[in-house]
Amino acid sequence: MGSEDVYILGTRTTKFGKHKEHDTLDLATEATLAALADGGVTMKDMNIIAAGNLMGGAMAIAQAIQKACGQTGIPAYNVSNACATGATALRVAGMSIKAGESDFGLAVGVEKLAGAGLLAGGSRKQDGKSWERTGRYGAVAGVDGRIGTDIMPGVFAQIGMEYGHKYGGANFELFAEISRKNHSHSTLNPLAAYSKEMTLEEIMGDVMIAYPNTRPMCSANCDGAAAAVLVSGTKLKTLSQEQQRRAIKVSASILTSDPYEEACQVLPNVNTLTRVAAKQAYEQAGVGPEDLDLVELHDCFATAELVHYDNLMLCEEGGAVDFFKSGASWRTGSTPVNVSGGLQSKGHPIAATGIANVWEVCHHLRGEAGPRQIEGARVGLAHVIGLASACGVHILESNSA
Amino acid sequence: MSEQIPFINYLVLGDEPHLVASECTACGARFFDRRNACAGCSGTDFKSVDIPTQGEVRAFTIVAFAAPGIEVPFVSAIVDCGGTSVRTNIVNVEPSPDHVKLGMPVKLTTFPIGKDDEGVEAINFGFEPAA
Ligand SMILES: [Zn+2]
Repeated sequence: MGSEDVYILGTRTTKFGKHKEHDTLDLATEATLAALADGGVTMKDMNIIAAGNLMGGAMAIAQAIQKACGQTGIPAYNVSNACATGATALRVAGMSIKAGESDFGLAVGVEKLAGAGLLAGGSRKQDGKSWERTGRYGAVAGVDGRIGTDIMPGVFAQIGMEYGHKYGGANFELFAEISRKNHSHSTLNPLAAYSKEMTLEEIMGDVMIAYPNTRPMCSANCDGAAAAVLVSGTKLKTLSQEQQRRAIKVSASILTSDPYEEACQVLPNVNTLTRVAAKQAYEQAGVGPEDLDLVELHDCFATAELVHYDNLMLCEEGGAVDFFKSGASWRTGSTPVNVSGGLQSKGHPIAATGIANVWEVCHHLRGEAGPRQIEGARVGLAHVIGLASACGVHILESNSA
Repeated sequence: MSEQIPFINYLVLGDEPHLVASECTACGARFFDRRNACAGCSGTDFKSVDIPTQGEVRAFTIVAFAAPGIEVPFVSAIVDCGGTSVRTNIVNVEPSPDHVKLGMPVKLTTFPIGKDDEGVEAINFGFEPAA
């Protein structure tokens, strides 16, 4: 495979939440300049930029970022891969370094989503005056709500329920408990969109969106940006001791799409591509799930977190319910999961998410996470999945002795 | 009686309403949409197969919050019909977790969803509790 090792030299996310006074470029620029400063480099050092933004219209975000904070004429890649957009940008920049084309690369994800509501994916156009077949299924009118659901809280509810049907033990209360964990974790994260402890009763008693997902069990739409500066192993050796000490090794960078299986075009299969990505990542990094000191996984809904314990092989196959009930995924447990608060409380500015979770892991591996620091963290995993589908898994390792 | 048409291409009306799928003649993968080729093996030859009208609920959700114009709550489900997964609403049941269960046996049913300006009635399908 590639000859160059890839390291994260600098990374930063903005505060997630409502940024009324800031537009997409304000947020992207803030994260970009902060990531560059964190790495002790400037835009002039970068050899490639890869960036993503899903909701900002037709703007070429990578060039827009350059126009906002440094037009150096480097190759710019605009990437789009649903919720895996940020991870894809990171991987594009990383591949260029691995291939020996670049010494430094910049990856950025940004989204303005606050107030977008919970209905991503759901819509139904008004019925026409006469039935007319459209689309590849030849429906005479809108399908959402007439033949199942298109809304993400509903799709992922079914994914969690399917796991419960297959292995047992997953019910409303269990999914709400998972959400309680993440909301509890978020109280230590000053950059989270929501950082409020919630009781089980509050979570279960909140507005039902799609059973068993109530509102606090759904990812929070918010504004935010995240950026990371990557550097080759060779170049890193020429940088300062401090830069080398704080650099985080990208031990594995994997992207998969969903292979064909029965039912995958009826209900998205988020399991197989995640499991395949995890397997490849562990192999590439030469570590196993038992070596992970923390995991940031894609809890777009409480029902999703459960299945990914299994898909990332944090537990035995079929053992996700017992794994959670053992307390393993709390920050005090054996494999802390989503100590940032996860997407349910930290927030989910779609294109930023796949870099923000890498930032969170790096923060701990550098020992800079303050009150929420996982003590002695050396190895972490960041996972995202976007429907349609794309899965990104990064395994990160501390570089200091 | 006014003219009736199926709501969606893969529903067949008549005395025994049922769903049909395109089955890849090379690998057996089944699809409900118009196909260019098979997602499983890239084959391009398909035959039409009837899907069993009985099945069991493999996954469900009760949607309580949806886009304007969509009546809530409703039950969305994935039904396993003899090894072929079908996306559907579960109908003729109270939309509550006390009444909808994983593994519940269900059967296909059809119902009108309305007439257009020419008086043509569109018939949709759902699955309802069996027995
Ligand atoms: Zn085939």
